Amino acid sequence: MKISTLFYTLRQGFRGIFRNKWFSLASIATITTCLFLFGVLYAVVMNFQHIVKTAQSNMSVTVFFYEDTTDARIAEIGDLIRIREEVSDVKFTSGDEAWQEVQETLFHGQAEGFPTNPLENHENYEIFLSDVAKQDSLVTWLSSIEDIRKINYSESTADALSGVNMITAYVALGLVAILLAVSVFLISNTVTIGISVRQEEINIMKYIGATDFFVRAPFVIEGMLIGAIGSTIPLVIIYYAYNKVVNYALTEFALLSNILQFLSVKEIFSVLLPVSLILGIGIGFLGSFNTVRKHLRV
Amino acid sequence: MSRKEEKRKRREKMIEEQGLIHLDGVSKVYSAGAPALNGVTLHIKKGEFVFIVGDSGSGKSTLIKLLLRELTASNGKVWVMGHDVAKLPRRKIPKFRRNLGIVFQDFRLLKDRNVYENVAFAQRIIEVPTKEIRRNVPAILATVGLAGKYKAKPKQLSGGEQQRVALARALVNKPAILLADEPTGNLDPKNSWEIMMLLDEINAAGTTVVVVTHNREIVNAMQKRVITMKRGVIVSDEEEGEYIDED
Repeated sequence: MKISTLFYTLRQGFRGIFRNKWFSLASIATITTCLFLFGVLYAVVMNFQHIVKTAQSNMSVTVFFYEDTTDARIAEIGDLIRIREEVSDVKFTSGDEAWQEVQETLFHGQAEGFPTNPLENHENYEIFLSDVAKQDSLVTWLSSIEDIRKINYSESTADALSGVNMITAYVALGLVAILLAVSVFLISNTVTIGISVRQEEINIMKYIGATDFFVRAPFVIEGMLIGAIGSTIPLVIIYYAYNKVVNYALTEFALLSNILQFLSVKEIFSVLLPVSLILGIGIGFLGSFNTVRKHLRV
Repeated sequence: MSRKEEKRKRREKMIEEQGLIHLDGVSKVYSAGAPALNGVTLHIKKGEFVFIVGDSGSGKSTLIKLLLRELTASNGKVWVMGHDVAKLPRRKIPKFRRNLGIVFQDFRLLKDRNVYENVAFAQRIIEVPTKEIRRNVPAILATVGLAGKYKAKPKQLSGGEQQRVALARALVNKPAILLADEPTGNLDPKNSWEIMMLLDEINAAGTTVVVVTHNREIVNAMQKRVITMKRGVIVSDEEEGEYIDED
C-alpha cells in the first residue's frame, strides 16, 4: 500500500466519526456504559478479594509446648513448620517476650507482685497461613506432634473467609462473563446499524472498483477509534472517582479501618487499563470488520 | 513470452474478433419467475455508441448487472474486454470494474463529500498519487463544465450537475467502456440533452458508450445503434436505429 493511500485511509477513518455523529455517539455511549460497569465491577471484586485476603493473612494458628520440651526440640519443630506449604510466616515468642507483651498491653508496664515470670513455659509459634482453607490440614499435622501441648485457632472464621473468597470469585467471574457478552452484543448491534445506514456508500465504492480492503479499512479504523474513545471515558471517570469513593468509605466506616484495606488506584489500573482498552478497541475492530464484510458482496 | 503477456495478447485478439462486449446465448433466471434474459447474443465493438432500449422488465438492468459482474449468467457466456466475467475470481472483480465507467439514474454520489472528493475517490482507489489527482480532477471537472463547483456538496447541485459529477467520476480513470443506466431518467429535457452531448463527445474521444434509456426523443435524434429488448430477448438491433414502441 502506498503511503498516500495509508494516510487517506486513516483520514477517512477519523472523518467517518464526524460524518456519522449520531451513530458514533451511540456507539461510544454503549461502549462507555458497558466498560464503566465492567470497571466498577472489577474494582469492587478486586477490593473485596483484597480485604478478604488481608483478613486471611492476619489469621494465625498458635502452638504451645509441654514444659519439658527442650529449646533445641522447639527450634527443630519451628523448622519443620516453616517448610510446610500451608505456612506463609512463623513468629516465635519466648516466655519472657510473652510476659513482657502482657505487661505492656494489660498492665501498661505496672505489673508488680509477680516474683517470677508466670508465662515462663509459654514459648509459642504464631503461624500465619498462606491460604486459610489449608488451616485444617496444618492443624491435623500439628496435632500429631507429641511435644505440642495446645493449638489455638478459629475454625469458623477460617471456614467463613474461605467460603466468601470462593463465592466472590465465582460470582465475579459469572458477572464479568454476562457483562462482556451483553457488551459485545450491544456494541455489535450499534455498529451494524451504523454501517447498514451506509450500505449505499459501500455499494458505490464497490461499483467503481474499490477493493474490499479499501472499503473496509476506514470503517475498521473508525470502529477502533470509537472503541478507544469508548474505553478511555470510563477509565478516566473511574480513575478520578476511585480515590474519592475509597476516602468516603474509610471516613464513613472508620471503625472498620483495620479490615478495610483498599487497593491503590495504580494497582487497579495495572490490569483494568490494558483490559478495557483491548476490549474497547477489539470490540470496535471486530464489530466493524464483520459488519462491513456482510455488505461487501456487491 | 510470460503467461501474463500471453493472456493479454489472447484478450486483445478476442476483442478484435468478437468486440469489446460479447454475449453468447446468455440467459439469466432469478429464483422465481420467468427468465430476465433469454438466450441473448450481442457484440459491441470498440468505440461504438449503443443505446439499449425497452420497457420495464425487458432485461436492460439485468444486462448491465451482468456486464458489471454484479450478477452471473445462468447460461451462456459474457465477455467484457476479453474477460470471461463469470470466471473472474472475487478478488479480481475490483480491478476489472476499473475498466468500466458507470453512471446511474440516481447519480449515486457520496453525499457527505464535495464534488472534488467524489471524483478524486475514483482515483484514490487505483492509488493514483495525490499530486496527479490534483491535476486530473480539475481537468475532468472542466471537461464536464463544473470547474467552478468543485467545493459544492451534491445536495447543493441541480440534477444535471450531479449527473455531470457522476460522469466525471466515471471518466477520470479513462475507462474503455462507459455504461450509463438511465442517465437522463431524473433530468429535464435541457439537462438530458447536455448529458447526451457530453456522452457523444466522450465517445468521439474513443470510449465505448452503452446507454440504457427510455428517452425516445434522444434515441431518435442521436442516430446511433439501437438495441431493443422485450421480455429478456433482443427484438431488434439496428445501426442508426429508432426507438420502437412495444405495441
